[in-house]
Amino acid sequence: MNFPLNKDAWDAIGLTLELAACATLILLILATPLAWWLSQTRSKWRAPIAALATLPLVLPPSVLGFYLLVAMGPHGPLGQLTQALGWGVLSFTFSGLLLGSVIFSLPFAVQPIQNGFESMGVRPMEVASTLRASPLDAFFSVALPLARPGLLTAAILSFSHTVGEFGVVLMIGGNIPGKTRVVSTQIYGHVEALEYAQAHWLAGGMLVFSFVVLLALSMLRQRVGRVLP
Amino acid sequence: MNLMDGLRIRVHLARPDFELQVDLELPARGITVLYGASGSGKTTLMRCVAGLERPANGLIRVGQHLWQDDVQRIFVPTWQRDLGYVFQEASLFEHLSVQKNVAYGLKRSQKQGATEALSEAIELLGIGHLMPRQPDSLSGGERQRVAMARALATRPQLLLLDEPLAALDPARRHEILPWLEKLRDALRVPMLYITHSADEVVRLADHLVVLENGSVKACGAVQDVLARIESPVIAGEDAGVLLRGTVAQRDAQWHLAQIDFPGGCVWVRDNRMALGQQVRLRVLARDISISAEELQDTHIPNQLKGTLEAIVADDHPSQAMVRIRSGESILLARVTQRSLSALNLATGATVWAQIKTVSVIA
Repeated sequence: MNFPLNKDAWDAIGLTLELAACATLILLILATPLAWWLSQTRSKWRAPIAALATLPLVLPPSVLGFYLLVAMGPHGPLGQLTQALGWGVLSFTFSGLLLGSVIFSLPFAVQPIQNGFESMGVRPMEVASTLRASPLDAFFSVALPLARPGLLTAAILSFSHTVGEFGVVLMIGGNIPGKTRVVSTQIYGHVEALEYAQAHWLAGGMLVFSFVVLLALSMLRQRVGRVLP
Repeated sequence: MNLMDGLRIRVHLARPDFELQVDLELPARGITVLYGASGSGKTTLMRCVAGLERPANGLIRVGQHLWQDDVQRIFVPTWQRDLGYVFQEASLFEHLSVQKNVAYGLKRSQKQGATEALSEAIELLGIGHLMPRQPDSLSGGERQRVAMARALATRPQLLLLDEPLAALDPARRHEILPWLEKLRDALRVPMLYITHSADEVVRLADHLVVLENGSVKACGAVQDVLARIESPVIAGEDAGVLLRGTVAQRDAQWHLAQIDFPGGCVWVRDNRMALGQQVRLRVLARDISISAEELQDTHIPNQLKGTLEAIVADDHPSQAMVRIRSGESILLARVTQRSLSALNLATGATVWAQIKTVSVIA
C-alpha cells in the first residue's frame, strides 16, 4: 500500500487550514460590530440587513459562487475595483477564495454573536453607564466578555464551515493545485480519477475533524455555561 | 435651604398606556422615598433622573448640575451623570469578581478620595471577605450589598435605589435594612429610594413622595405625609404616624427610656439606646384610645394631651379616624363612632390620647 497522503493532499490540507484561519479572523472582526448593531438598533434597515446577512445560509453555494465569479471577473464591478486598486483580478486566487469564504460563512458568525448580545439583555450596559463607562468602554469591558460563549461558537462554526465548503470554492477558485485546491475539492478530484483510497483518507479525516469540532463545541458550551450563566 | 442645593425633577413622559407627569423639588440630603403601587411610575421616574429614559420635556437638576433641560437643549448622557444606581435585582457583572465589580466604577470616576469611599462602603456593608468570590457564588443579600458598594464607590452626588430589597426574602431584607440605615446616617449622599413597603418607608424615609398613576399624590417630610388623615398614604391596620425624637432619659430600674419629641414625650422599651440618640417612633392609629379627661390610675404609661383637629369616616362605618395635635406633633387615632358620640367630642375639643404601644424603629 502506498503512503496514503501525497504532497498534493498535504498542500490541500495546509491551504484549507490557512483559508479557514484567515476567514475566521476576518469574520470575527466584521461580524462582531454587525451583530452588535443588529442586536441594538431599532432602525428600519435592521430587517433587510439581517436578511442579507442570513442569505448565504439558504442560497445554493453555486448561486453565490456564480455571482461572486461574475462580480470578481475582469468586467465585474468588484473586478474593476480591485484592478483599479492594482490588486488584479481576484477570481482563481487565494484572496478571491477568502472573500468568497467570508461571505459564505457570514451567517455562521453573525448569528451566534448576535444571540450572545441579545441574551445578556440591556441591563449590563445600563449598569455600566451608571458606573461612568462610555458606550465604547462598556462594549469592550462588559458586552464583549459577556458574549464570549457566542464569540467562541461563532469562531468554531466559521472555521469548520469554511473547511467544509465546496460549491463556492469550485466556482470561484478553479481547483488549482497548491493555489486554490482545498481538501473538499481534492476529494472530488480523487473520486473523478477513481482514486478511492486517497479519497477515503481525506474524507475520513474530514469526518473525524467535523465530529471533534462539534464535540468540542458542546463541551465548551457546558464549561463556559457554568462560568457564565 | 438654598434652592440650588436641592433636587429638581420635572418630567413629562407620555406612553400609549401610561403617562408620567411629575414636578418635584426635593431636599439635598437624607433619603427621599418614592412610594406607590406597582405601575405608578416610580421606576420610570427614577430612570428619567438617571438618563436611562429620555422624557420629551424634562428638567433634571441635581444641586448646581443640570442633567437635562429641554429648554436649553441639554441632555447629559447617563455615563456623564454623577450618580449611583442600584437596580432591583443586583445586576453584578457576572464575568468579573466581586473585587473587580466594586472597582469598575471607581476606576472610571477617578475622583479624589474614591478609594477611601470604597473602603468605607466595603466596611460599612460588611463585604470585605467576599472580594475574591465570583458573583454567582453570592446569596441575594450579599449581591445587593456588593451592588450598593459598587454604586457608592464612585462617590456619587446622588444615589438611586430601585427597590433594592424587593428581590430578597424577609430574612435577607432584615439583614440589609440596618446597612441602609447606616448608609443614611454615615454618608452624606442624598438618596432616592423606591419601595412599596410601608415598613421601609417608616424606617428609612426622611422625605416621602407618593405616586399614583404617574402623578404625585403627596410629597413632604415623612412625618407630615403620614399624618394626613384624608386619603391616607398607609391605610388599614398599618395606618399611623411617625414621630421623630431624641432619647432624653433612661430608667435603669424598669428598662424604659423617655423619648422627647416636639409636643410631648413617651416612655418606650429601652433597647440600649444612648442619651441624645435620634429615634423614630411608630404609633399606630389602632393603638390609641381617647378620652375627654386625663385618666388617672391607669396602667397605660403614655398619655398625651392634645386638640382634636379633624374627624373623618374610616373604612368601616363603625369606625372613625381622628387627628390630634399635641404641640407640633400629630397623632392619628382610630376610635368607634359610638365612643365619639358618647364623649360628645367635636373638632376643637381638648382630648387625652392613651397610647398602648409605641414601637421604636431603629
